Order: sequence, then C-alpha cells, then structure tokens
Amino acid sequence: MTNGNKMKIAITAFGIAKDILQQKQIELNCSESASVGDVRAQLIQNFPDFEKLASLKFAVNTEYVADDYELSANDEVVLIPPVSGG
Amino acid sequence: MLNKEDFQRYNRQIIIPEFGEQGQERLKKASVLVIGAGGLGAPILQYLTAAGVGHIGIVEFDEVSLSNLQRQILYSSDQVGESKAQKSAERLTGLNPSVQFTIIEEAITSQNAMQHIEGYDLVVDGSDNLATRYLVNDSCYFLSKPLIYGAIFRFEGQVSVFNVEIENERGPNYRDLFPTPPPPEMVPSCSEGGVLGVLPGIIGSMMANEAIKVLAQMGTTLSGKLFVFDALDFSTYTLKVAKNPDNPISGNQVTITELIDYEAFCMGDIQPKKLKEITVQDLEIKLKEENIFLLDVREDYEYEIANLGGTLIPLNKVSNRSAEIPKDKEVIVMCKMGGRSAKAIELLQEQGFENLVNLKGGITAWQKEIDPSMDTY
Repeated sequence: MTNGNKMKIAITAFGIAKDILQQKQIELNCSESASVGDVRAQLIQNFPDFEKLASLKFAVNTEYVADDYELSANDEVVLIPPVSGG
Repeated sequence: MLNKEDFQRYNRQIIIPEFGEQGQERLKKASVLVIGAGGLGAPILQYLTAAGVGHIGIVEFDEVSLSNLQRQILYSSDQVGESKAQKSAERLTGLNPSVQFTIIEEAITSQNAMQHIEGYDLVVDGSDNLATRYLVNDSCYFLSKPLIYGAIFRFEGQVSVFNVEIENERGPNYRDLFPTPPPPEMVPSCSEGGVLGVLPGIIGSMMANEAIKVLAQMGTTLSGKLFVFDALDFSTYTLKVAKNPDNPISGNQVTITELIDYEAFCMGDIQPKKLKEITVQDLEIKLKEENIFLLDVREDYEYEIANLGGTLIPLNKVSNRSAEIPKDKEVIVMCKMGGRSAKAIELLQEQGFENLVNLKGGITAWQKEIDPSMDTY
C-alpha cells in the first residue's frame, strides 16, 4: 500500500542456486500481479548465470507451480536445482 | 519363516507393533539393488544389511581411496586401493551373515541396466552423477520398480521415493521433478563441489529408512514428496511433487520409450560445439612432441598433491591474469575432472582466446589411464 503497487517476494535457494544468488535468501520487489515467470525473468536479469537454470521449476509455499502462477505478497518461492552427489 | 536367530537378532524391531513379525518376514523375502557403495551407498548398505533384507545387490566398480574415508565409514585405511564392492560385501557379511550379497563390479550403463535391475524388488540410488541418476530413474520406470532417491551437495541433501504404487496408481518419478538436466557446470559432483562428511550418513540413513518402509509396507513414504535438507542452517522443506505433464517418459507426450545415451543427454547440446577437447593419451604425446602451453586452473593445494608441470592460475584468477596465457600457440586447459577447465575456457573465450583445448577428465583421468602411481585426492 505504501509502496504503490509493489510487493515483496521472499526467495529461498538451495544447491547451485544459492551460489548464483550468493546467499540463501533474498527478497525481490515485484509488481503486485507478478507471476512466477516474471520472477524468473527478474532473477535472470539480476543474476545472468540464472539463465542456465531456466528449466528449473519453482515451488511456492511447498508446492511446485507453473510459470503462469500468480504470486501474492509474502509468498515464499523456493528454488531447488538438481544435485548429483552421492 | 523366521528362525530362532532371526527372532533374537531382529528383536528390537519385531517388538514394534507397526513392524512386527510380518515386517521382518517381508524384509527377509525382499531383494534390493543398491547403486553405488560410496557416501550414500555405504550407510544404505549397512542399515539394510543390519535390518535383515534377504538379498542385496551392490553395483560398484571403484576402489577405496583416501579421500573417501572422511565420509565412507564402511571402509578402513588399510583398504585404500582395494575393490569397494568386495570390501563392502566382506564387511557386511561380518555384520549379518544371513544376508545374500551379489557383487556387480562394473558401471551401470544403458546396455546392462535393465538386466541388472530386473531381478530385484526395489532399487536404491546412491550414485554420484546425473547421467546415472536419469538412467536408473528411466530403467526403474520402464520396469515398474520402486526407486529410493537421494542426492547430496556440500551441506544439502534431497530424498524422495519414486514409482511406488499406491491404490493402483504409480507415484511420480525423477523426471517429474527435473524433466531434463541443466548444463553440467550447474550440477557439481561431490569431488568438484565438496561434501560435509556426516551429510551422506544422514541422507543415506533416511534413504534406508524409506526402503525399509516400502518393503515392510508400513507408514507413509516420501512418494509424491521431495524432502530437502540444509545442514548448515538446519532448514528442511518437504515439497509436494505432482506428475509433470512435460515428463518425457510418463507425461502427456511420451517421447522416450527406451533407454538413451545418458552421458550425451546430460552434457546438453550447447557446450560441446564450442568446446574443443583432448584425451589424456593425446596430451601425453603432445607434451613430448609439441610446443604447447599447459594451463592448470586448480587451487594451489591441489597442484601440490599432483600436477603435470602446467602453469598454475586458479579459475577465479583466470580472467584477471589472462595476459600470462599465450595466444600464439595451443593452450591445453586442465583441472581435476574437466569442469572448471571448461568454465575457464568459456571465460577466456569471452576475452578473444581461440586457441584453447579442454583436457577431458582432468588430472583424475591422467592418474587413472596414464600414471596410476600419481597421488589422488
């Protein structure tokens, strides 16, 4: 409300996504009706290496969602890339 | 079916109401194939053996190395250089002589995977690379075998259960999570990215637990869920995994109906076009006969353990120190396994270098194929 039509989205990263964001959690300022696809585009813009994880599915509040999923304020987006170690 | 010794040995689990005699009988009748006897495989094998699974297959072609022992506590220091499959079977037989072991001392490939998996009731994947993970996933899907999945990286682990039939419906598989792999440099292995020693113990034990639940038919498994753990801040997530319509083996449009070339599949189609590669055999000849520049992009301490006499510029300094690299002769770039050197080539190509060749398999391949006396890490 104070910030026009912006909202904050919390992003939690695992694996190599954590390396790319250089931290486990970041907050993104998004427009109020932002979709998961918008957040993906914004991440690629801010962290170009993220492009290489373009096929990664995003989870929102513990459920995997498609790119057209509309986010709400305070949603938690979780990024879990594949890991291969054993 | 259970004998007197069984009742004594397994007493602590038989007296649990959910498990009981029936659970023990189910384990005794069951056969499990464990892929890999490394960080994850070792604890999986130890707990499945101790719990009394009747028949266990071990797929492992590697030898015990000193750098394994920080996490693979199934082995001991005097076994360095010996066969992991044989040493693990010996140790496990000591733990529980009533378990029957089958040792498969070869890499699992598209040619042999279906044969190896076919005879078992359940598969546990403790492999250490993405190509094998897709191979095992697809094989288990085609053969309708339940698959216990787990993978680790640094402080993090993932666990899930695939392909389990619940009320006549088969649960999701690995490709519902990740239909296709990202480029290889986005999926570092333990030897490239590192791993905390206790982590495979935690994740491997969770995988053994899921295997026992599936076999004993008790509780609720991680079928349809992905468990993610970060030991560094002790955060955990359990995410729901739905069937993915884009899954190429079980989605809406099935495009893969038999096993494929998984190495090529995981290399992606972007990198190899740009990246020139050389084998360790060809490098050995070139080092003797030609005037080449060998660039080593590993860290100082790695260079100290073993090197081929190359010029050392660690990967994170390559961009700033590129003036030290000649442009007028062939430059062969090397690291431990070939991942960092590929990244270095990418960085240098952005600065206009066109004379760079990647050493396939890095110094690890050199040690294996050219000079086995060289120290490993």
